[in-house]
Amino acid sequence: MFPAAFDYRAPASLADALDILSDRGDEAKVMAGGQSLIPLLKLRFSQPALVVDIGRLPDLGGVRRDDGHLRIGALTRHVDIERSDELRSMLPILPEAAHWIADPLVRNRGTLGGSICHADPSGDWGSVMLALDAELVAQSKKGDRTIRAADFFEGPFTTALRPDEILTEIRIPLAKGHAGGAYNKLERKVGDFATVAVATYVELNGGKVAKAGIGMTSVGDKNLKAAAAEKALVGREATDEVIAEAARQAAAAAEPKADIRGSVEYKKDVVRVFVQRGLKAAVARAKEGR
Amino acid sequence: MQVNLKVNGTEHSDDVEPRVLLVDFLRSNLRLTGTHIGCDTSSCGACTVLLNGEPVKSCTMLAVQAEGANITTVEGLAAGGAMAPIQAGFHEEHGLQCGFCTPGMMLVGEALLERNPSPSEEEIRWAISGNICRCTGYMNIVKAIQHAAAAKQAAAKAPSHAAAVAGGQ
Repeated sequence: MFPAAFDYRAPASLADALDILSDRGDEAKVMAGGQSLIPLLKLRFSQPALVVDIGRLPDLGGVRRDDGHLRIGALTRHVDIERSDELRSMLPILPEAAHWIADPLVRNRGTLGGSICHADPSGDWGSVMLALDAELVAQSKKGDRTIRAADFFEGPFTTALRPDEILTEIRIPLAKGHAGGAYNKLERKVGDFATVAVATYVELNGGKVAKAGIGMTSVGDKNLKAAAAEKALVGREATDEVIAEAARQAAAAAEPKADIRGSVEYKKDVVRVFVQRGLKAAVARAKEGR
Repeated sequence: MQVNLKVNGTEHSDDVEPRVLLVDFLRSNLRLTGTHIGCDTSSCGACTVLLNGEPVKSCTMLAVQAEGANITTVEGLAAGGAMAPIQAGFHEEHGLQCGFCTPGMMLVGEALLERNPSPSEEEIRWAISGNICRCTGYMNIVKAIQHAAAAKQAAAKAPSHAAAVAGGQ
């Protein structure tokens, strides 16, 4: 298999890339690692006139702390997140989720930003971004803007990004107090998409939940934020009963479809179990000071 | 468009369509047919090559994305006709039957041992989890990589012994 013909540009700078998209964004696809786009091109589900390869642009990778945020460059690869000791101590949900993405070979090429922009409802990063309340920085020739993760995912493979914009950075607010997160994923085999996966995150203040985030993978037409379940946690002590109630609310909010991986009832129950398991792990980590 | 890359230590420069996949470039343009096309959908790892030392799927990469890169294929493993330790390991431990997945398995093993000279069985199994074997079963592949790890470590300790171990004797 090989893709339909396309024009190819590999701009030398972000400014050049934004110039190209300003002219031809409507007919272009932006490629980072290509691990989602190239299979689509080969299957000819996508036949763009132009592919803009930003994969080798300098300065769009790496992780830094700044202004109460963790700032991750959009071209940071899954493998870099998976192997980062800094992230493992600061925000272990990130390497934990990276470890579950596709397989090791794909993780050597695929990027955080590319995966988020691909917006596959079965993608892992979207749920993590929803749980962590991440802000996504989009740049265009006209300037930049910040989009909250909750506003970014609009539907299957559809985001708030305009055709002339490139996602350049992911900003994750860092907790002032004790915080913890966890990513739980059920997959049939390595490299398969999730049957169900759930990202959970809590911040604790004086024994009570100050902030909660729950993102769900493969149970809707996009990565879903379990807003009602989050509300059920905030301001309360994270007892088994409170966690169980949040888990029930999240399962009720999930909208899975029956397929080869399981029935609707089964998937909703996996959501319930994973929210419960994930919240308990997140609370335990927060209490440990992780 | 022009693409310049190094494959197994040799510089290549060629004019390719942007849509040409790296695996097709290696097999058709360079006639390096040791890199196999298996599933062609980024699932099986038969097309694994090393890109600047890291295993990637060459069916899910455009040749033009490899501009300036250093590629190693299975043909680049043996130096001067002598099997590399990873090849000797597969030979000694019967790490293959049909051999279709073997180039990918060996390259993944090679990259793993570069990064982690004495991996646990769990780490080996995780490293090869993107590569599918349909006949040997994974037992002997794991043993082959363990064999290569031991041989490399022995060679590092006693350089004069290296050739004998690498040759599988």
